[in-house]
Amino acid sequence: MLDIVLLGLNHKTAPVELRELLAFSKEEAVSVLGGLQKCPDINEVMLISTCNRVEVLLTTSNSISAVNSVKTYISEFKKIPISKFEEALYMHDGEEAVRHIFRVASSLDSMMVGEPQILGQIKDAYLTAILKKTSGVILNRLLHKTFFVAKRVRSETGIGDHAVSISYAAIELARKIFGNLEGKKVLLIGAGEMAELAVEHLIRNRTGEIFVANRTFERGVELSNRFKGKAIRIEEIPDCLKLVDIIISSTGSPNFVIVSNQVKGVMRSRRNRPIFFIDIAVPRDIDPDINRLNNTYVYDIDDLKGVIEENIKDRSRESIKGERIVDEAVIRFQQWFESLGAVPTIVALRNKIDSIAKTEINKTLQSLNHLSDNDCQAIYRMTNSLINKVLHDPTLFLKSNGCHGDRSAYIDLTRKLFKLDD
Amino acid sequence: MEIVIIFTIFFYLMSTAGYFAYLFLQKNYLNRAGYFLLIAGFLCNSTAIFYAFLKSGQIPVHNLHETLVIVGWSIAGVFIIFQYKFNLRIFGIYAAPLAAIVMVFASQVSSEPVQIKNIVNNFWLIFHIISIFIGEASFVLAGGLGFMYLAQEHAIKTKKHGFFFRRLPSLELLDTAGYTCIVVGFTMLTIGLATGLVYAKMVWGKFWSWDPKEVWSGITWLLYAALLHGRLTVGWRGRKAAIMAIIGLAALLFTFFGVNFLLKGHHGEFTRL
Repeated sequence: MLDIVLLGLNHKTAPVELRELLAFSKEEAVSVLGGLQKCPDINEVMLISTCNRVEVLLTTSNSISAVNSVKTYISEFKKIPISKFEEALYMHDGEEAVRHIFRVASSLDSMMVGEPQILGQIKDAYLTAILKKTSGVILNRLLHKTFFVAKRVRSETGIGDHAVSISYAAIELARKIFGNLEGKKVLLIGAGEMAELAVEHLIRNRTGEIFVANRTFERGVELSNRFKGKAIRIEEIPDCLKLVDIIISSTGSPNFVIVSNQVKGVMRSRRNRPIFFIDIAVPRDIDPDINRLNNTYVYDIDDLKGVIEENIKDRSRESIKGERIVDEAVIRFQQWFESLGAVPTIVALRNKIDSIAKTEINKTLQSLNHLSDNDCQAIYRMTNSLINKVLHDPTLFLKSNGCHGDRSAYIDLTRKLFKLDD
Repeated sequence: MEIVIIFTIFFYLMSTAGYFAYLFLQKNYLNRAGYFLLIAGFLCNSTAIFYAFLKSGQIPVHNLHETLVIVGWSIAGVFIIFQYKFNLRIFGIYAAPLAAIVMVFASQVSSEPVQIKNIVNNFWLIFHIISIFIGEASFVLAGGLGFMYLAQEHAIKTKKHGFFFRRLPSLELLDTAGYTCIVVGFTMLTIGLATGLVYAKMVWGKFWSWDPKEVWSGITWLLYAALLHGRLTVGWRGRKAAIMAIIGLAALLFTFFGVNFLLKGHHGEFTRL
């Protein structure tokens, strides 16, 4: 009996050092697929490799030897002894393998639940498998269902809603204040990865002019070139407050860079247009008292972290709904998969033809009243042996190994040809 | 005619249910359902008013029942236009139940028309009534937006992002929408007061008679004028504007109901039970 097997390791079972060693580039993935295809026990196969996981999904009629072939192949390919990664491996088969791939694609198994990249990565992996012709009837169906489930989870649950990174959380807040960020002016004070990331997100939201203030003016000029903005000196910040709407501060200064009175002074000339301070620095750059003024909003790093924590809690609540959608899909897939066995297909085929014959005999006999019971019996016998003769070769073919290991494709074809799935 | 009012109430209540379901479930079709049910209710409401108009040949504002029917109608109507323009979805949970409550009250008070002497039914009167009601409905919406602004601002300032933070729109949108309502309301109120003055001159021979209704209408008008002036000159916006819109709403409610019930004046008949 054919089985679906998933073998892999992820961020929960393997440390990053090991994942790095085992990660496959796109080119490597192509040659791995080619190699695995040659293993006698593996019918269909695909390989998913991201920074958080390496997984091999395959169908086989001998799962133990298929799994061993994969382990050996990877160990030889990466020149790492099996013992080094065997501990971190997990293996799922049948229903559990289906559930696992559904959960992975829906981002329920991700390090950050709800992150959107994984679906694209699985699509790429599947595309590679298609190009290498290593996927067949079962994986094709499984992967199409996977994409469908992942989309459903994304659209029907809030699993991908609300930011879970500091810089995104800041952008979301800015949207709650300003609505549309288009044309809003931004001031970046200092530098730093998180602050620069936030500015990049803002630019993607088509904000207006970007000002950059830095303790060393040269560094400021450099940064402002990157953002196509304008460098200003630290002393110019108070004047700049009249213009800008969003301020991102991330300096190493031990004191506040902007104090309450400075902001109070400019609110009038701003005609009270709101102003939003994002303070990523520790110790803080922005006087927290500014938050008490009208139409000014200050979020420091702890506030943003608090927002993210709430969002993460929300996502895990939403993931329960996602699990339910996955469960439903697994049951439906299993129904289809089980129908792929040779015996149920042969039985279904026989039943269909029997019922056709029965209807036709009844129709015919109705107009042949002069026939005796014995004559009728003879007609029944003849029909039965006709059915047996006709179905003899297809039955043998479906039962035999003459399908060259790709029995599921022929069974699928048979079911479609005779419309057995209704 | 009772049956049309009952249908109106039914649709407004269904619309309310739709908007509340949208609040909790956040499914867009619920919002649309709420909107279309409100339009259905508004059409019923219009039918009721039109029928009363045909029957008496006058704008039906002759007792509290008829006045409230028009109040509900103008809230629903102004909100429908507002929603079309701003698509401020969550706002339905304010306007729809408000229209429903007003209509329920309307159906509960007696509908015996009061005979009013000294009414000259002319263009100025119709214009006066319609623009006053539309203006006041706009102010009612502005007050609601003020509440929403304060709630959202509180959530952002205190950094406690709860149920409403997620569902309420941005401060900017609430502020602009509220401002638009006040501009529309102020324009209509000004037209309404001006036509009222002209009417008073024609009927009673003088523009202004220091009637309490007139005085309080003037106070309301000044309040909103101050709000707009502040916004245009020194930029009163955000929190301050929201609070002013709520104070304005309180003054408006007093002018509309309080004056009639507590003080005497020549508009008293219109809200008589």
